[in-house]
Amino acid sequence: MEDKNNIALSVRDLKTFFYTNNRCNKAVNGVSFDVEKGKTLCIVGESGCGKSVTAATIMQLLPTLSRIEEGEIKFQKDNKIINIEKLEKNGKEMREIRGSDIAMIFQDPMTALNPVYTVGFQISENLKYHTNLNKKEIREKCISLLNDMGIPLPEKRVDEYPHSYSGGMRQRAMIAMAMACNPKILIADEPTTALDVTIQAQIFELMDKLKKENDTAIILITHDMGVVAELADNVAVMYMGNIVEAGTADDVLRRPTHPYTKALLESVPVLGRGKNQDINPIKGSTPDPYNRPIGCQFAPRCNWQTESCDVMPEITQINETHQVRCHKYEQFFEKYK
Amino acid sequence: MKKEILKLRGVKVHFPVQAGVFNRVVGHVLAVDGVDLDIFRGEVLGLAGESGCGKTTLGKAILRLVEPTDGEVKYISQDDDETELTSLEKKDMDPFRKKLQIVFQDPHSSLNPSFTIFGSLQDPLKKFGIKSKEERRKIIGDLLEAVNMRREYMDRYPHEFSGGQRQRIGIVRALCLEPELIVCDEAVSALDVSIQAQVLKLLMQLKKEKNLTYLFITHDLSVTEYLCDRIAVMYLGRIVELCDSEDLYNNTLHPYSEALISAIPVADLDKQTKRIVLEGDVPSPVNPPKGCPFHPRCPKATDICKTEVPTLKKYSTNGNEHYASCHLIDLPEIS
Repeated sequence: MEDKNNIALSVRDLKTFFYTNNRCNKAVNGVSFDVEKGKTLCIVGESGCGKSVTAATIMQLLPTLSRIEEGEIKFQKDNKIINIEKLEKNGKEMREIRGSDIAMIFQDPMTALNPVYTVGFQISENLKYHTNLNKKEIREKCISLLNDMGIPLPEKRVDEYPHSYSGGMRQRAMIAMAMACNPKILIADEPTTALDVTIQAQIFELMDKLKKENDTAIILITHDMGVVAELADNVAVMYMGNIVEAGTADDVLRRPTHPYTKALLESVPVLGRGKNQDINPIKGSTPDPYNRPIGCQFAPRCNWQTESCDVMPEITQINETHQVRCHKYEQFFEKYK
Repeated sequence: MKKEILKLRGVKVHFPVQAGVFNRVVGHVLAVDGVDLDIFRGEVLGLAGESGCGKTTLGKAILRLVEPTDGEVKYISQDDDETELTSLEKKDMDPFRKKLQIVFQDPHSSLNPSFTIFGSLQDPLKKFGIKSKEERRKIIGDLLEAVNMRREYMDRYPHEFSGGQRQRIGIVRALCLEPELIVCDEAVSALDVSIQAQVLKLLMQLKKEKNLTYLFITHDLSVTEYLCDRIAVMYLGRIVELCDSEDLYNNTLHPYSEALISAIPVADLDKQTKRIVLEGDVPSPVNPPKGCPFHPRCPKATDICKTEVPTLKKYSTNGNEHYASCHLIDLPEIS
């Protein structure tokens, strides 16, 4: 992509495999993408497509039965390029990056906060390890963070335990924790899936503000095409461990060139289109990860399947920003132009 | 002519809050607090709202899976016989259980893992007098085929199925007694988008074939718009707006519905609108605010909203009946 300096994180051919019962699950199987500063990259896909594992890989938070098999995760820090995949999981350098330069918001705010510590303590932990502030300054910073997140009475709330926070407030406390050290990259793994739509709208406003004010690069993982349309600058659609289509939000949502993207967009009812809209379910279900189709992973569910789909298609660059992994994309694109 | 199948009048479900050594009752959760609702034969009525607004409790109260504290639920049979369900003895309820069924939210916890599908599904058939095993197998097998699953699947265990398949088994269970009304409690919320569409299509197809009525409980307004004829929006145990599904989107009357609709992310770049962001969270149903329950979060609230509780009034939009409970509506009321 255009300017090298704009890229905060670059992932190339990443492969993360899980090993259980002498079987290997290729959860992430050759994923490449770039995250630009001050932009939001949305990773979309169904459950089990590897989007959360990609995030965990970047954070080096993988469980013990898995490992990074191949590929590069290049992170730019102070004009130096660090290869995250080469760092030791619990080594000094990785711990320095995790939480301060790259921070993460988890899916379920109910379980991600520790119930026996106050919210203030959990936010200040991050500051304690990554900054030189003293106790008093840390407390002030905590309060101002909670204030920024729109939590009422932050002086009082900072000493409360997670159980006295509502779901939306817990998620905001999680974001406060992630934003404590002004990270360059924020990874949000389904941050609003467990929340109601009105609370979701509040969280989205907040993330928009952070992106504009701090120039943070955001990786947003979601399964909801609606969220993508609202927030994304760039989109990557994942299916069974591969990115099948990537590009700007405009490219992917207006001119989908992969049958899977098109099918995903057609399978959800869209608000405001009324009762007569047609929704088309995708036939079948996602394959067993231990018993994958040969070649293109989507082929068994695809209406465009031909013999050539028995070979895994290569990534094709359609224009500067738009890429797709499909043999038939030209015919497909022609038909739906 | 539209005929009612269920008439709800002033339905209340209050759960006691207990505290202290002697478990004294210190308050009540007003989960459902006075709901009037008519459900017509052959329609799909959507019940939408945020978590904690009482929509699931209302659905369960209709089937008496939770006992309503107060109010009436009247079932009207095809021959216009009215029966009040809440005052019936447990065993007199049985013939109505056959007519009113429910599909539960979570397909993973609503099937017993130690029984085969046939083992789980045959129980209601046994109870309602189908004595021969062959016949029971035939009924369940036919229904499994109707939901696009194979007949042989009835001898498998729940863990062998995916989420979408289990939800379809849940639908088969609801269907096997040939009910008239099915309460779908977040029936598609736990499913992946591609599977969700399959189940939605299936529900619509079954409705046509078997002449069903659905009460469709969900928090997802895009699904209700696609599926439902009428939609009721609930907030803190009360219905705040009830109208034809198209009117809810085109002629929204209540500020809460308006905010709810604007907050939904739309998967269409050409349809992006400004979000109305509500302040704060849903208040606790133990201690609802005085006056209009929505006033602390309402961007349009005035003084009257803080003191007086609005009632559900009838208006007309597009020539259709449109109920809403708000002090600030500028339309003439219809009696």
